Amino acid sequence: MLAAVGVSSIEELFRDIPEGVRFRGDLQIEPALSEQELVKHLEELAAKNAHTGAELSFLGAGIYDHYVPAVVDAVLQRGELLTAYTPYQPEMSQGVLQAIFEYQTAICELTGMEVSNASGYDGATVAADACYVAKHVTGRSKVVLAEALGPQVRQVVKTYAPGFGLEVVEVPHRAGATDPDELGEAARDAACVIFQQPNFFGVLEPAPDLAAAANEVGALPIAHVDPLSLGVLEAPGAYGAALAIGEGQAAGNYQAYGGPHYGFIASRADYVRRMPGRIVGETTDVDGKRAFVLTLQTREQHIRREKATSNITTNQTLLALAGLVYLSWLGPQGLREVGETCMGIAAYAKERLGLPLLFPDQTTFKEFAVRVGRPAEEVIRDARGKGVHPGYSLKRDFAGMEDALLVSVTEKRTPADIDRLAEVLAP
Amino acid sequence: MKLIYEKSSPGRRASTLPSYDVPDVEVPHELAREEPPRLPEISEPELVRHFTELSTRTFGVDTGFYPLGSCTMKHNPRVNERVVNLPGFRDLHPLQEAEGSQGALELMWRLQNDLAEVAGLPAVSLQPAAGSQGELTGLMLMRAYFADRGEQRHKVIVADTAHGTNPASVTMAGFELQKVETDERGNIDVAHLREMVDNDTAGLMLTNPSTLGLFDEHIEEIAAIFHEAGGLLYYDGANLNAVCGISRPGDMGFDIVHFNLHKTFSQPHGGGGPGGGPIAVRDRLEPFLPVPAIVRDGDDFHLDYDRPKSIGKVRGYCGPFGVFVRSYAYIRSYGPGLREMSEAAVLNANYLLARLKEAYDLPFDRLCMHEFVLSARTLKKEHGITALDVAKRLMDYGFHPPTIYFPLIVPEALMIEPTETEAKETLDAFADAMIEIAREAAGSPDLIKDAPHERPVRRVDEVKAAKRAVVKYGFEDHPNLSAEHAEPRELEAQKGA
Repeated sequence: MLAAVGVSSIEELFRDIPEGVRFRGDLQIEPALSEQELVKHLEELAAKNAHTGAELSFLGAGIYDHYVPAVVDAVLQRGELLTAYTPYQPEMSQGVLQAIFEYQTAICELTGMEVSNASGYDGATVAADACYVAKHVTGRSKVVLAEALGPQVRQVVKTYAPGFGLEVVEVPHRAGATDPDELGEAARDAACVIFQQPNFFGVLEPAPDLAAAANEVGALPIAHVDPLSLGVLEAPGAYGAALAIGEGQAAGNYQAYGGPHYGFIASRADYVRRMPGRIVGETTDVDGKRAFVLTLQTREQHIRREKATSNITTNQTLLALAGLVYLSWLGPQGLREVGETCMGIAAYAKERLGLPLLFPDQTTFKEFAVRVGRPAEEVIRDARGKGVHPGYSLKRDFAGMEDALLVSVTEKRTPADIDRLAEVLAP
Repeated sequence: MKLIYEKSSPGRRASTLPSYDVPDVEVPHELAREEPPRLPEISEPELVRHFTELSTRTFGVDTGFYPLGSCTMKHNPRVNERVVNLPGFRDLHPLQEAEGSQGALELMWRLQNDLAEVAGLPAVSLQPAAGSQGELTGLMLMRAYFADRGEQRHKVIVADTAHGTNPASVTMAGFELQKVETDERGNIDVAHLREMVDNDTAGLMLTNPSTLGLFDEHIEEIAAIFHEAGGLLYYDGANLNAVCGISRPGDMGFDIVHFNLHKTFSQPHGGGGPGGGPIAVRDRLEPFLPVPAIVRDGDDFHLDYDRPKSIGKVRGYCGPFGVFVRSYAYIRSYGPGLREMSEAAVLNANYLLARLKEAYDLPFDRLCMHEFVLSARTLKKEHGITALDVAKRLMDYGFHPPTIYFPLIVPEALMIEPTETEAKETLDAFADAMIEIAREAAGSPDLIKDAPHERPVRRVDEVKAAKRAVVKYGFEDHPNLSAEHAEPRELEAQKGA
């Protein structure tokens, strides 16, 4: 091969690299491992982690231990889907294009919206994306975040905001929920408001009133929603939200220490040309046969460059595909049942634990906050010593919540598991 | 093929769910869902068949040669899929206490060290979710760095060969874009660059080797221009597969580097993602990196949020952890021999270039790095065969087309990246096909114009798709696009990279 190239050594292939920037040493990377040794090494690392199969876990706060069915694993192991890239050449990629089209449809059905993109990175970055849409749609440069929106989401929006030329304002929660009047007041000159349903504390927000308060003053209401709640809770599109966003993990992805997962972003039809990222559209081929293709690309970075609606390129297609398979496995009835089961078992836990609630007057979905009477970290440490992770310490994000524990209960937790938690948390 | 929604039948389902003997809970009426979402109602066998059929209508690296330029479509070792699915990684909650996630923290800490070594820069954040988010994060670091120094610098310079993500990221980070031209050897035009750089310049974003597959011969001079002017150099790591262990961005003078873990370090591309876009920086930029930092303290690892100058968080938690597991496994399977990966990638590209440079136009006649750019300019002029036509005809020969119409400065561009994991026989078969297509252009151009002939669909109408904007299934109101007359047209726009 070297002779065909016309060089006499591998070294000569790199002759255009100036001598001053050539690396002449050996990379300080540990010695190569055979496949068998590699598996052993990684098994040893994995064994140092307390995963939710080894510890009875009530951790949630944005990432949840829901059941992932076997069909999801089976589909994701199909090598064609696993090892393809963005479907730039539609004739080579009808399968993945159709899957994305079906995913977009599923997200629109869940959220009551008319347009979904092919996925965003996660539930936090789609919030920043949504702010960018709102800025351009309204021409306003302030965003309002409900304090009961997940802390990770708020932090990411604040990181992006200076570059977008956006000012961020937060509206405090009142006894665990957001006050519509207060939100509406803050939204007066804002591009958008973002609230979460159910919110970070697991509390059901007065979402229709929050959306109405924003709409009244011309700010776009953006609902950050849990996909698994949407069999029982109203779709954001039905109560006047302009965009619906969220973390897709709960629907079909493993926890995986935080990723990769998929974020979803969906909107009313009016904003289709401001949406970030890839969108698949239906069309026909030269014979009039149905076909799918990446579309509305004049929004995107490879065409519009510095005027693009976003810089996103590589997204989370494979994880979104997992979401589609999962939602297809559930069907509408299954989705409703998962929501009902989570709500039922969580309510049972609330009752069974018998601990004072942080927000006693609120209705909750699959999470609720309790007061444990001493620093939550201590309670977590003690419980973990007994093989139970009792939940998330709210002190990590909220002042004055030193003894507050956010307990998350999915359909994977049984009444017997709840009894065990109650035993461990008993004063 | 039908959509999954068209296979739906009321009452059918694949799922079975537990039900517990606990009291039912009612959702307050005003918050309850009125109309159920129309998700598919389908049995498990039909569900499995549906997605299996979709997979057979998709071409991946597992299917065949996929020389999509600037995307580094290398083989994805299956052992990485095995280890990422170990329950200790797969079922670990991201908010688990540090004592309960030592293995994950150690893995990330080790990966940071390996990436720092490859970059030749000391500090790494793994957090960004993809290359373009790595870019944006790097630009945010520039903002924070200059703000901290009390300097107002608002311009960022980008090469005219850059990926579209570079200018898009510049705008999103609140900077003003300036474009520098490419000279006749395919390097940055240094004289032009010198004129542009002043006290207002925050930095330069550069891909090296460039999207032309060429290493910039003046990189030391370029770095000196910026550093003398107080600016920062950003390295777009899209093409890092060419130079691992051969030339390190930090040694070239770059201050910030992003990696594409899905390119260089073999995270499967997943039909469009996930990716991973860690960044490495010089010491003086470290205080601004996203939180949390992963730090080692004796034998223990923990997350450090106490970084007062940090730009904040760019993504939830610590980043796409599963991607880190695969990339770490990939690096450890090479060890210090990572250099051989890049050597093989560059050898494969040069071999293919040598075989193709007579049949197609070569805009810059130099040795290439891991990829190269040809042009179908002469084929178009003499036979009316465009880069798009060549791409479609390649499908009939069983190959995924290269990236086309990019970089923008090369007309009728065909950007070819074979990667190191292809055998000589595959490269030869691809070269034979490309040469044959060039011959067909003279003898039977209609054969090419009508290609592809053997795919599930023939050429698709991109104009109709954009005009009609049918982006979801409409159920009973779904339009019948086949009945709508159109002049099928595919746009000669960038496809790939």
